Amino acid sequence: MTRWSRFNIISVALGFAFLYLPIVLLVVFSFNESRLVTVWAGFSTKWYVALFNNQGLMDAAWVTIRVALLSATVATVLGTMAALSLVRFTRFRGRMLFSGMVYAPLVMPEVITGLSLLLLFVAIGFDRGFWTVTLAHITLTMCFVAVVVQSRLLSFDRSVEEAALDLGATPLRTFFEVTLPIIAPAVFSGWVLAFTLSLDDLVIASFTSGPGATTLPMKIYSQVRLGVTPEINAACTLLIALVTVGVIIASIVTKRRELQRQRDEHAAFAGR
Amino acid sequence: MKSLGNIRRSFAPWADPDSKPFISFRNITKKFGDFTAVDNLTLDIYHREFFALLGASGCGKSTLLRMLAGFERPTSGEIILDGQDIAGIPPYRRPVNMMFQSYALFPHMTVESNIGFGLRQDGMPKAEIAERVKQMLKLVKLEQFAKRKPQQLSGGQRQRVALARSLAKRPKVLLLDEPLGALDKKLREETQFELMDLQQELGLTFVVVTHDQEEAMTMADRIAVMSHGKVIQVATPAEIYEAPNSRFVADFIGDVNILEGKVKAAGNGRVEIAGEDFTVRALGDTQLAMGASAGFAIRPEKLKISRTAPADATINASEGEIWDIAYLGDMTVFHVRLPSGKVVKTSMLNAQREVENPIGYDEKVWVSFAETGGVVLKD
Repeated sequence: MTRWSRFNIISVALGFAFLYLPIVLLVVFSFNESRLVTVWAGFSTKWYVALFNNQGLMDAAWVTIRVALLSATVATVLGTMAALSLVRFTRFRGRMLFSGMVYAPLVMPEVITGLSLLLLFVAIGFDRGFWTVTLAHITLTMCFVAVVVQSRLLSFDRSVEEAALDLGATPLRTFFEVTLPIIAPAVFSGWVLAFTLSLDDLVIASFTSGPGATTLPMKIYSQVRLGVTPEINAACTLLIALVTVGVIIASIVTKRRELQRQRDEHAAFAGR
Repeated sequence: MKSLGNIRRSFAPWADPDSKPFISFRNITKKFGDFTAVDNLTLDIYHREFFALLGASGCGKSTLLRMLAGFERPTSGEIILDGQDIAGIPPYRRPVNMMFQSYALFPHMTVESNIGFGLRQDGMPKAEIAERVKQMLKLVKLEQFAKRKPQQLSGGQRQRVALARSLAKRPKVLLLDEPLGALDKKLREETQFELMDLQQELGLTFVVVTHDQEEAMTMADRIAVMSHGKVIQVATPAEIYEAPNSRFVADFIGDVNILEGKVKAAGNGRVEIAGEDFTVRALGDTQLAMGASAGFAIRPEKLKISRTAPADATINASEGEIWDIAYLGDMTVFHVRLPSGKVVKTSMLNAQREVENPIGYDEKVWVSFAETGGVVLKD
């Protein structure tokens, strides 16, 4: 490794400041005593207390978590199925069209996705609320799951499945006893991705939500229009904490698996 | 073990017109789009036979094996196993098991549960599974590795786990797809003999796919040499080596010299082929037309070199010049240039450590061979 030059230090500091200064400010001011967002008046946790007493925000948070859990789970099932058929059945009619259509929502402007879903729900007379947001989020996140799982399946050794079939496992048992356990890490990361996407989605939720199904991002956005309160800062800080913990857990799991692999290889050589 | 060896030598159901084949491929064709992987192939394999499918990559040998396992469906033709047409039976209901080239072990299971996987699918009681798994572990000498994961094993150990797993269900037929391809040379040779012993011990039918002719020669009772989706010759290793039926087989298996010429005389089981260096007088097919071009295939060790012309005038002989010498330890290979410019290979076993006045570079020598030394090949 080269030595740290002054230039390196400055560029790293600038880069991190650019990325994290706004977030640090937000976290710091969530502990502000004052009601004014930009004036520091001493340390306090009173906004967190206020946050938990704010029924509107808490309701929104609860809606968001339910939507995220449900939509991520359904999207993971559908996305995994889509990925399997895209990778496995390479010669069915309209495969190109199908794969293109699975990925389209990845690049489709959210406004369009939201608007078209809204039109659909209105057209079929589906009352907007919890279920419409959930359905919309499934539509949004499914393709992300499909991409993650598909990349894992491309490096999957098919002969492992053939071995299971050969040993008498039906295709269904082969999937649940062999394929799924092997691709589980990818399916899980697909789920986490879908969950976080649903958690922070504002645009599509705004289009498809109805009375009684206001999500947290919608709530925060509407309150901010009336002026930023330290309560919102506290809510955002909690969200950041949640996401950070998730990222840390994910990286610990990855690191552990890597270490395990190294130990395994070691054992293999020792056992020769 | 002596009696087994005797059984092995006398084992030749293919020569017995009364014995029924255990596996029959009948007019099997397999196409992938425009590509014909297996072309109208008919082949019989007998019970307890160690059968090898030998050929270069892309010759259709793996496709044939995969059709037997049920992973591919023949485009046309039928596959009979033990009297039953198995074309429509899915792989998970066939009484055959396969050992994969990549071993295809389940990475998320221990060695034990890998071996027991097939038994669990059959709903065998737990205690019996444990008993059978223990037996298999003992068979492949991996008792102390039962709790390990495949990643914690060396290549040779993984190969044994794969073998144990495919044998655990006691299949009627074991299919082996390049079973030793991933092992180093020493281990491969050891394992070849272990596989042979195992096959004798269990009394199973083994069908092995390989591109390694030495492996096929060592292990198999019979070999089918394949090329472009067709079987060129099916015979015992000795027949394949000593009596190849075509230029392809002669060239594919071992080293060979092919002396080209035109048929000069044929009759009474004898053939005379006039070539540039030799007039080959040999035993062979008398159906050859006069003047037709033909080749005489002879292995390097059947060619003799000497400093003087052979005394017996009936022996095929030609003059030549030593062109190259390769000393390989167990034998020495001489490349001899004949008057026409053709270079033939001869080999001499180094039975003695010291040789009086050995033949050297650029020496004039005589190359000769007996009339039974090779086979006549039609074009």
